[in-house]
Amino acid sequence: MKQREVITPAEDDIPKSSGGNGSSAPLLGSLAEPTIFELSKPGRRAFSFRSTNIPEYSLDELVPPQHLPEKQLRLVEVSERDIVAHFTRLSMRQYGVDVGVYPLGSCTMKYNPKVCDTVASLSGLTNMHPASDPKLSQGWLKILLCLEEAICEITGMDSATLQPSAGASAELTGLLIMKAWHSSKTTGFFEKGRGYETRHKVLIPDSSHGTNPASVALSGYDIVTVPSNSKGLIDIEALKSLLGDDIAGIMLTNPNTLGLFEEEIAQIAEMVHEVGGLLYYDGANLNAILGVTRPGDMGFDIVHTNLHKTFATPHGGGGPGAAPLAVTSRLAPFLPGPRPYRLDNGSYGWTTPAQSIGRVHSWHGNALVVARAWAYILLNGPKGLKQVSQAAVLNANWLKKSLQDTYDVPYDNFCMHEFVLSCETLKKAKGLSALDVAKCLLQKGFHPPTIYFPLIVHEALMIEPTETESLETLKELSQALKDIARATPEEFGSAPSTTVVQRVDEVQAARSPLLTWDAVSNAAIGQDTRNA
Amino acid sequence: MLDFLGCESLDQLFDTVAEPLRFNGSLKLDKAYSEPDLLTKMTEISNENHTVDELVCFAGGGAYDHDIPAVTKALASRSEFVTAYTPYQPEVSQGILQALFEFQTFISRITGLDVANSSLYDGATALTEAVNMAASFTKRSVLFISDGINPAWREVLTTFTRGTSLTIVNFPLKDGITDWEASPPGYSESEQPPAGLVVGYPNYLGCLEELSVARKIATSLGAALIVAFDPIAMGILKTPGEWGGDIAVAEGQSLGIPLSFGGPYLGLIACKAQYMRYLPGRIVGQSKDVYGKKAYVTTLRAREQDIRREKASSNICTNQTLMAITAAIQLSWLGTVGFKELALRCAAAAKYTKQLLLNIHGVEPMVSSPTFREFALKVPLDPELLLERLIGEGFLGGIPLGKEGILIALTEKRTRGEIDAFAQAFEKALKR
Repeated sequence: MKQREVITPAEDDIPKSSGGNGSSAPLLGSLAEPTIFELSKPGRRAFSFRSTNIPEYSLDELVPPQHLPEKQLRLVEVSERDIVAHFTRLSMRQYGVDVGVYPLGSCTMKYNPKVCDTVASLSGLTNMHPASDPKLSQGWLKILLCLEEAICEITGMDSATLQPSAGASAELTGLLIMKAWHSSKTTGFFEKGRGYETRHKVLIPDSSHGTNPASVALSGYDIVTVPSNSKGLIDIEALKSLLGDDIAGIMLTNPNTLGLFEEEIAQIAEMVHEVGGLLYYDGANLNAILGVTRPGDMGFDIVHTNLHKTFATPHGGGGPGAAPLAVTSRLAPFLPGPRPYRLDNGSYGWTTPAQSIGRVHSWHGNALVVARAWAYILLNGPKGLKQVSQAAVLNANWLKKSLQDTYDVPYDNFCMHEFVLSCETLKKAKGLSALDVAKCLLQKGFHPPTIYFPLIVHEALMIEPTETESLETLKELSQALKDIARATPEEFGSAPSTTVVQRVDEVQAARSPLLTWDAVSNAAIGQDTRNA
Repeated sequence: MLDFLGCESLDQLFDTVAEPLRFNGSLKLDKAYSEPDLLTKMTEISNENHTVDELVCFAGGGAYDHDIPAVTKALASRSEFVTAYTPYQPEVSQGILQALFEFQTFISRITGLDVANSSLYDGATALTEAVNMAASFTKRSVLFISDGINPAWREVLTTFTRGTSLTIVNFPLKDGITDWEASPPGYSESEQPPAGLVVGYPNYLGCLEELSVARKIATSLGAALIVAFDPIAMGILKTPGEWGGDIAVAEGQSLGIPLSFGGPYLGLIACKAQYMRYLPGRIVGQSKDVYGKKAYVTTLRAREQDIRREKASSNICTNQTLMAITAAIQLSWLGTVGFKELALRCAAAAKYTKQLLLNIHGVEPMVSSPTFREFALKVPLDPELLLERLIGEGFLGGIPLGKEGILIALTEKRTRGEIDAFAQAFEKALKR
């Protein structure tokens, strides 16, 4: 493994005063970037306000004395040049899809078409106040409704809300709809708490995303874990033994987090429906089945879609996302409102469903993300969307097969858009862990896959190459993973050595949290309040 | 590639999808658009909107029409930030991690509180998470909330508390300020004391609440004081921390984020150190790498859903990182002096506008408490009709408050010329 000589500067060598020193940018060096607070110099300015000719008032005329601050609030004093240099250098210390392959399993880090950025920056969309009368916002209402209809068509559902900001928000919304539905059945009205409810359990497979159980807990339901069988799928016999009239529903991801399609899904749906439960579809992996099969046709009642995964809206370093939640017609009366709808005369308005559980967003959801996703759907069309899934599945299977003699393959079957490998044998043989593989990949110029998830596979590497990577990229990534498997403990233990920082001490970070620059500076001058 | 897999067709890869489940035929969607055709279509549709470029905006209610400098737009659209995932691999994520660390520092400073997380979805969900924090911290399940909190936020809170069995007790406003002495129906003092008190600063009507009163009551009840604040107001008002607040939440849209029909926006949350391990979402900390070099990393991860699953304090995973970076850039651009100047300009514009409108016959203040940049007026005409007439004159005149009032908001963007014209149009609309 090639190693670059690493020069680790003492803290004193880090430039602290100059907006023009580029040493932290990887093409010039690997020094630390000072914080914006360290770049601050008294008297520097960047802001400029428009001239308004509004009469000037003194502070005392504007604010009653008891509301005036006693302490002067400090931010920073920097020039525009300082700001541009600082944040540009920070961006150069950041990996993104636009830099290279990003094979994080379950996260769907595919290329985001640039034209969708252009759409999301149209002033007709960005400069719209959300409280505007529907007469003023016909364009926006049309976009929202068209995306809702497209999502319903793609998932095989009837109605949707666009309010949830992300998958976890949609999950909780869906579970509250589930609750409202069951309550309407048993008592005819929705009541807070769950004391009277007979249905209090939600089933979740042991391979599920962490948000699923966290959302169930917040919805007030009890969690019952369903084990997976040796094929990595729901254990039907175990499921049967768990079903009863205390089941509110089941949350499933299909394909599941092992990248496997739940082959018995029709039977599972029938079994759950038979005891009066509902099926929730976690759409994290919907990108594998576009135009191939639909959650609605599988028997799901509630379906969320991650626009930031399947429909290529960029992840923004962790957000914003958006997660429309679609339901069958019998659950539509419970959806959050207001919802866009089409009037008979072809114009658009807002309506709130009769038994709505209420709003789940301050306004109408992450509207610009919705506009990007609709643009992506239009760009692809029905054929293109099916090709997206076919290519994603083809890429994943190629990569999986190319690595099956090098890493453990816990579930040997055709995978869907992602697959899980394990380093268990390599770990036993020479100590190579999933974390080591990830760090070695960084050394070789690739972003690593998801590691240590799903939890049911030891030393898991969860790989999702996506449809937007070429065969050449897959070959190089495959070769890198094979080379890493052959590395010696000395080699893999020191990786990565070419990045701007190396393995980070996470234990110290959690034990003595330094969460602001002020905490850091206080600690430096001896006022250590970290353990206070 | 198919040969390598020993497959004859792409369909064979989907063999595990049973035949009855296969979707045969084509999805009923428009056929693919070329890039230029897509842009033509989307531009046409977006032109059906009447934006704040066309109508002079006096509407607020949690979304404000501020100027956004070129530098904020340019830096926040750097594709390394836009196309990154959550910074799980710190070696190649120092850019976003450091930007979020700086964001947390800014939010800690403008709230006067010890720690902040790296963002939540929006103001409403930040409020919900703060309430959940207070409930976990105090192990109580009653909440006192002021009617001065944004009604949409209260609705979101109510929706989500359907799962957590929280009892919400509403306290009315008296002349624009929360009346904590009121006896709300359905609650007697013999019941469980509250986990927290929630109050707006300024509140939904733009009024400056007497937070010292709320602090005293919270202290006497052993409850957390949760302050929903306007970030722009922090340029000239006492911070939630100075008032003794325990948790502060806000909608951060005003910090460089376009109106965007309501999203994506930015949920802000900050708290005192003792609440730190109850904070939801991602938090970035400064640490060192194996060579002792300064390095940032997501920390206190043991609180989060991917590790604690059903025992997590919150289900949040995806957040609003890109918006948080935007806010950090915007706050750097404003700086210490600009942040105060911005608040002064908003307050001055509001004072000037309020005086002009109150000169109009029949227009009265809805409440007399002091306000910051937003205020409520009682008008002698159905507010919906008044606002419709104002649209005809080229103004987005505000947000209706029931059947007799409107809520008007000002930013640094409004000029004297626009405000004078607005007052004239207002008078004309009332007379017609």
